[in-house]
Amino acid sequence: MSDNLIKFVSGSAVYVPGDDIDTDRIIPARFMKCVTFDGLGEYLFYDVRYSEDGTQRVHNLNDVRFSKASILVSGNNFGCGSSREHAPQSIQKAGYKAVIAGSFAEIFFGNSTNLGVVCVCVNNNDREQISQYIESNPETQLSINLQELKVEIGNLSFACSIKEGARKSLMDGSFDTLNELLQNESEVDLVVGKLNYIEK
Amino acid sequence: MGKTLFEKVWDAHSIKELSNGQTQLLIGTHLIHEVTSPQAFGMLRERGLNVRFPQRTFATVDHIVPTNEMVEPYSDPLAQGMIEELRKNCSDNDITFFDTNTGKQGVVHIVGPEQGITQPGTTIACGDSHTSTHGAFGAIAFGIGTSQVRDVLATQTIALNKLNVRRINVNGELLPGVYAKDVILHIIRILGTNGGTGFAYEYGGDVFDRFSMEERMTVCNMSIEGGARAGYVNPDQVTFDYLKGRKYCPSGSAFDDAVARWKNFASDEDCKYSDVVSINAKDIQPTVTWGINPGQGIGINESIPTIISGETQSDRASIEEALNHMSFEGGSSIKGKKIDVAFLGSCTNGRLSDLQEVAKYIKGMKVAKNVKAIVVPGSQVVASIASAQGLDKIFIDAGFEWRGAGCSMCLAMNPDKLVGNQLCASSSNRNFKGRQGSITGRTLLMSPIMVAAAAIIGEVSDAREVFGF
Repeated sequence: MSDNLIKFVSGSAVYVPGDDIDTDRIIPARFMKCVTFDGLGEYLFYDVRYSEDGTQRVHNLNDVRFSKASILVSGNNFGCGSSREHAPQSIQKAGYKAVIAGSFAEIFFGNSTNLGVVCVCVNNNDREQISQYIESNPETQLSINLQELKVEIGNLSFACSIKEGARKSLMDGSFDTLNELLQNESEVDLVVGKLNYIEK
Repeated sequence: MGKTLFEKVWDAHSIKELSNGQTQLLIGTHLIHEVTSPQAFGMLRERGLNVRFPQRTFATVDHIVPTNEMVEPYSDPLAQGMIEELRKNCSDNDITFFDTNTGKQGVVHIVGPEQGITQPGTTIACGDSHTSTHGAFGAIAFGIGTSQVRDVLATQTIALNKLNVRRINVNGELLPGVYAKDVILHIIRILGTNGGTGFAYEYGGDVFDRFSMEERMTVCNMSIEGGARAGYVNPDQVTFDYLKGRKYCPSGSAFDDAVARWKNFASDEDCKYSDVVSINAKDIQPTVTWGINPGQGIGINESIPTIISGETQSDRASIEEALNHMSFEGGSSIKGKKIDVAFLGSCTNGRLSDLQEVAKYIKGMKVAKNVKAIVVPGSQVVASIASAQGLDKIFIDAGFEWRGAGCSMCLAMNPDKLVGNQLCASSSNRNFKGRQGSITGRTLLMSPIMVAAAAIIGEVSDAREVFGF
């Protein structure tokens, strides 16, 4: 169990519009030629931020008003595609602590939770309001309260949702499951013994 | 009440419920490759942990291997570094590695089944979302992240939420010229790219009963493109016949015992599914994607959607973004779009039967001028059998480049990449922006026979017309 309990996340936010933001967009495959995750933050959303000739595109992610953002806001099915953990790793290493989206692709959600990157869902109308508020008040702190399942910004407050198990594990610091998995060696041996295809 | 295959395999591999409500699940077979495993080995080293069951992990190298000049050192030092790191991790930890000099290297999801490592009633995990491929054998196979690769190496288990099961029936006869790839593109088109979230897809019905193992693999492979983390087909005689005699399968009477066990894993007739979807086989057309996610597919004779045809604001925004990236006009025909590149390969469609089927039709034909066409066999075994059957010659005579085994242009982590805004007819699985190595590159997903038709005509074509089905 980690002593890193995540009950509340706050920071300014940036809106990355669009549904189905896939893992190739979050971290293009050419930046995965590495044997550690170090340095991946630099390549987060690289092709969204830069065009082919290396010039910056017009995008919120390049807008100096959002340069301090530590929370991403996006559309439905965020993180679809590959199982590459490079995606949430690059988000975390670029300084983001949480993603608020309409919905998340399953593998991405699991990978993020494992790293302590908070992923919560809000409905489309609320997301619209949040993104508009951020646009007009880029400096304002947004907060995600996992205890009360609320996203708050300015005087606005919205309900958010997250799988209960993930919420619990973020709040009690058990989100990286390895420690708990390591405790059950004898139970593992028992199940291995019952299956006919695994030699000990 | 009976159980689904998913429930039976899940129950047989459950260790215990964890404090966060997830299940600790035993992973019987672990497959690794060079992109998502080095960091996991690094994490083990940091914590001083050993690989718990090294004999249950199998490795190969696929994403970064060049397919034209395979001699090391590779021209890309990063790629060279990755293959060396995998080699070292496997050798340090006594893990079987199907290296490039073994004659068995290839795309991990082609190698596993080919070697008989993939077996019914087992759990399989790999740091790759297309691990769902192995479900074709009645295994429950998950794509996992690198922290979970670490977990499997250290404990042979992962923490997972149980999935619901959606049964997808495809009954009747497929029309001539309609293949397994069209079936899965059609399913994703209907159910959406996130329709499968929280589900394992169980594929069944007459069409799947008649499908070969390789066709079943093509469908299961793309389950994740529909949002389903796992997809499977119940094991039957077709499965057992495929597995018999393969290296890592039991042999002799042990094989018969295994078959008896495997049969019991199939879903019971009185099992209950969370959802059932039925599709009439004759409604499935040769399908081509026109946009930037695999759910944006249409029949070859349909028109590309217009922005206003989107039902919601968000649909319309998605269509607009896709049309902009693809430089297509809403309402225009997909047929006739001029292509620059044709890619035949990948874990979706780089198997022997894919190459055999195409070779049967292209004999004596020529790839259109201005089209670069490449064939990338899914594994060294596929390449070697194909060559022995003279398929390489047929492809080369027709103007295709015949390459070595790997993932290649499916995700362009090796030198095979689109350039600029080239349009590629591809037998792979993802058409995301930038997927094939160029930010502005454009991908059209389709079956291998449709890729061949596009290569020969030089534009997106109806293979049934080109090859006279």
